Amino acid sequence: MGAPPVPDYEPVIGLEIHVQLDTRTKMFCGCELSFGDPPNIHTCPTCLGLPGALPVLNARAIHFGIMIGLALGCDIAERSLFHRKNYFYPDNPKAYQISQYDVPLCRGGRLGDVRIHRVHLEEDAAKLNHLGASGRIHGSDRSWVDFNRCGTPLVEIVSEPDIHSAEQARDWLILLRTTLRQLGVSDVDMSQGSLRCDANVSIRPAGSTELGTKTELKNMNSFAYVAKGIEAEIERQKRLLDLGEPVVQETLHFDPVTGSLTPLRSKEEAHDYRYFPEPDLVPLLASADMVAAARADLPTELPAERAARFEQELGLHADTARLFAFRAELGDYFERALAAAGANGGAGLEPVELSNWIAPLIERIGSDADPAESNVSPESLATLATMVKTKEVSRDAAREVLTHLVAEGGDPRRIVEREGLGAISAEDDGLGEIVDRAIAADPAAAEQVRAGNMKAIGPLVGFVMRETKGRADGGEITRLIRQRLQ
Amino acid sequence: MLDRDQVLHVARLARLELSEEEVERMAAELSHVLDHIEKIRELDLEGVAPTSHVIDVVNVLRADEPEPSLPREAVLAAAPEPLMDGFGVPSPGAA
Amino acid sequence: MNELIALSAAEAAERVRAGEIDPGELFDAYRQRAAADDLNAFTWVADEAPRDHDYAHTPLGGVPVAVKDLFCTEGVPSQSGSKILEGYRPPYSATVVRNLAEAGAPLLGKTNQDEFAMGSSNENSAFGPVLNPWDRRRVPGGSSGGSAAAVAAGLAPWAIGTDTGGSIRQPAALCGVVGLKPTYGACSRYGMIAFASSLDQAGPFTRNVTDAALLFRHMVGQDRRDSTSLEFPEPIELPRGEDLKGVRLGIPEELVGADAGVDPGVRASFDETLRLAEELGATLEPCQLPHASHALSAYYLIAPAEASANLARFDGVRYGLREDGASDLTTMYSRTREVGFGPEVQRRIMLGTYALSSGYYDAYYGKAQKVRTKIAEDFRGAFERFDFVITPTSPWTAFELGSKTHDPLAMYLNDFCTVPMSLAGIPAISIPSGLSEGLPVGFQLAGPAFSEPRLLAAAYALEQAIGFDGSPARA
Ligand SMILES: [Mg+2]
Ligand SMILES: [Zn+2]
Repeated sequence: MGAPPVPDYEPVIGLEIHVQLDTRTKMFCGCELSFGDPPNIHTCPTCLGLPGALPVLNARAIHFGIMIGLALGCDIAERSLFHRKNYFYPDNPKAYQISQYDVPLCRGGRLGDVRIHRVHLEEDAAKLNHLGASGRIHGSDRSWVDFNRCGTPLVEIVSEPDIHSAEQARDWLILLRTTLRQLGVSDVDMSQGSLRCDANVSIRPAGSTELGTKTELKNMNSFAYVAKGIEAEIERQKRLLDLGEPVVQETLHFDPVTGSLTPLRSKEEAHDYRYFPEPDLVPLLASADMVAAARADLPTELPAERAARFEQELGLHADTARLFAFRAELGDYFERALAAAGANGGAGLEPVELSNWIAPLIERIGSDADPAESNVSPESLATLATMVKTKEVSRDAAREVLTHLVAEGGDPRRIVEREGLGAISAEDDGLGEIVDRAIAADPAAAEQVRAGNMKAIGPLVGFVMRETKGRADGGEITRLIRQRLQ
Repeated sequence: MLDRDQVLHVARLARLELSEEEVERMAAELSHVLDHIEKIRELDLEGVAPTSHVIDVVNVLRADEPEPSLPREAVLAAAPEPLMDGFGVPSPGAA
Repeated sequence: MNELIALSAAEAAERVRAGEIDPGELFDAYRQRAAADDLNAFTWVADEAPRDHDYAHTPLGGVPVAVKDLFCTEGVPSQSGSKILEGYRPPYSATVVRNLAEAGAPLLGKTNQDEFAMGSSNENSAFGPVLNPWDRRRVPGGSSGGSAAAVAAGLAPWAIGTDTGGSIRQPAALCGVVGLKPTYGACSRYGMIAFASSLDQAGPFTRNVTDAALLFRHMVGQDRRDSTSLEFPEPIELPRGEDLKGVRLGIPEELVGADAGVDPGVRASFDETLRLAEELGATLEPCQLPHASHALSAYYLIAPAEASANLARFDGVRYGLREDGASDLTTMYSRTREVGFGPEVQRRIMLGTYALSSGYYDAYYGKAQKVRTKIAEDFRGAFERFDFVITPTSPWTAFELGSKTHDPLAMYLNDFCTVPMSLAGIPAISIPSGLSEGLPVGFQLAGPAFSEPRLLAAAYALEQAIGFDGSPARA
């Protein structure tokens, strides 16, 4: 009889993403979009909710909405409607948000390994500022509203609950960001709020198909916080279930500073948005012409397609392929290096061999940095990878060269020469002599190798590596040792 | 028929602070009106499409071209509580 | 002075255009009458007309227009009869008001109304009731009671109002003037403080049908700021027709029959109108609008539901009343709205909120929208056989102030004959048919969407035959 099995949980996560569209004007009026301008200078009767003002749909926002739907593989609804979503809040001047409800512009679809539930259009709220030293809502007793942002076109993208870890959520969000950026429909900048992510999180016993009670997480305003917030919530729910306590359906606010999750002030009454069709707007018909125009504006290759090409045509590992495709700056850099390698003849350098040099580069320049802005040109990286391939430098020495390149730039060949890092690969370079010394220094290991125990060769190879400061090629060292001990 | 609790719930949704006496009166008046209106619930309207727009128009769109916004003085002219070049309100986070 | 006032608006415009009248003098004559208003018809009167117009070269010749308070007028109080908007001066003007100003009809003043257009007696105004110029103990009807009374009393040559379920036609009937509710979408709603967005329409109040056609001609037009506005499909000519030869009139039994509760005096006047119509060559036949008896119920679900959302913006944050001293946001909202809205408005907000609330939508709002579909079908069916339908405008004449205020439902019955056309979005005009016990009676002609030119022509022929003298206080 063993201890009772520790239950294993599977997280089930769906994301709701709001994206500010990069139109010139607001969703329903001609006020210009702005960021960081003095308060209340981009407003008019419509976006201030003045008595008698009416909304009129922005054609470009519709165009962008259809582009997003197509890029995500959605069905574009031939006919969609706008509704009023009624609730009182100072950032909501009409006390209703115009949004799409039961007949959204786009339904279904998929991005990477996550299905899309729906994509719909709506308007952004105003910005509510809080007086007081902290600038935060709690503890402030006066707030003030700036309507510049009010009415900015938004697209809301709702995923199916196909995500099963915090990392997957973050990675998928990065893929979505890259996709939208490539469409040119939004700045998709989480720090400026043009991309905002809420998460619905529940957990269930592994193997179960029933969904657990979900909570909604808000205010995760960076990719790192998305991962952290979801991770924290998964852990919180696990602790509750392990203690036999129920998960309560509620909305939680993630504090990125403390990492804590606090319930948002519970409302006096459950939300009852009293949706009804917006009488001030007529139905939206996505005509074949409108869909064709949106399709014509799609880029030739979307990130998910690029990942597939990297994996299937270039033979990159799946993870690398996705990393390069989802972080377009890495993919772009890689493709430039690949082109440079090809132009150099490439010495038969495989794309996957080149791709292996991106990770050490990122390690050196910082994980969020764009390699194109580093001192290492794609041509240099291609040269370095080729030199390793042709055994002009050893792998270890090449890493040292890379450190020099990151620090000062320049030509890898020069650095190899200057630092004396060229590969020692032949007997007459002195490698044979060092191998002889290694055998002499560890006769016990040498004896075992001679007896056929190849595992014992490690210390001998290590000796040579140390002596050559990593400049010797590991394969060549092994060959020479075995040659002597046969 | 609307009871007291329903009236209070609806008043909360609508942000109307009804006095005790108004709650009673509202319950009676709304019930009276609803008694009359409820006759339409007897109609068989299975399969009838709802009319939300009486005119047959679709796709009224506006070109994405900026138009002048209002000057801020005009925007704030009627504000009950001008504050920091904006509209002051009791903070939603205050106790 | 009185000579100027005696002219119809169309005549006055012609005389200005011919250089026979000075538009400044004309404006002043009306300005003085409006300023001396003892009917409480005006909530604001202009000092002078804008001088940047050469009125002699405009189609409306500088003949000033009185405008219902719910039209936004830049820099001029626009309060929609509500305490919550007391003193509010918007930074922009409604499209219809701008259209009329550009055509040469300057703003004479703003007229009193039921608060947010909710009412049929004008007793729901935060600025006091309007008195009926035919009998000051009686109501002028509503909600556009100030506009109707001002035109009837000669305080304005013409006026505009809005009609959601009868708010132009019913006060026109009770005050003995002509009132036209246009096809939904004919006039822009931009700048009209909304009551029920899918029903609200602006329209003219005039002393006669010709004036109505002239004013209406310059109100219409597609507005890029109102997605639900449409280009009027044909020019609106001034009516000329002298007879009704070949015109087929349907008399809907549901609205006119014995069960409809029409007052005997109104009935008699209506029957006389039918007789005249026949004399003019019209054919008359009963017709059926099977769902019309449910129109009032559907209307009193749809209109309050839309109103509950339209009036939610009055929250004390950006304009209008704020009830201070509240420490928290929710209390500030609830007190402001409790103090700022009158009882009828609160009642309708409650009714509309309830009709939309979770669990009730399908039973109330959803059902009402289906009834709306059936009513529109009923009219389409009727217009296959008839050119117009004809009914009394209101089941009764002007009633005494305070006589119906205790019973909301009785008040709602005022709209019994006018609401079906509103739900169907079709045009209808109310024309005086005579007097009953010294009080005006009106009848209503309704036609298919955008049939206004034909409707006005038929109304004109009947008006000539009736020969109503609509001048209670001008003599
Ligand atoms: Mg949303
Ligand atoms: Zn605006």
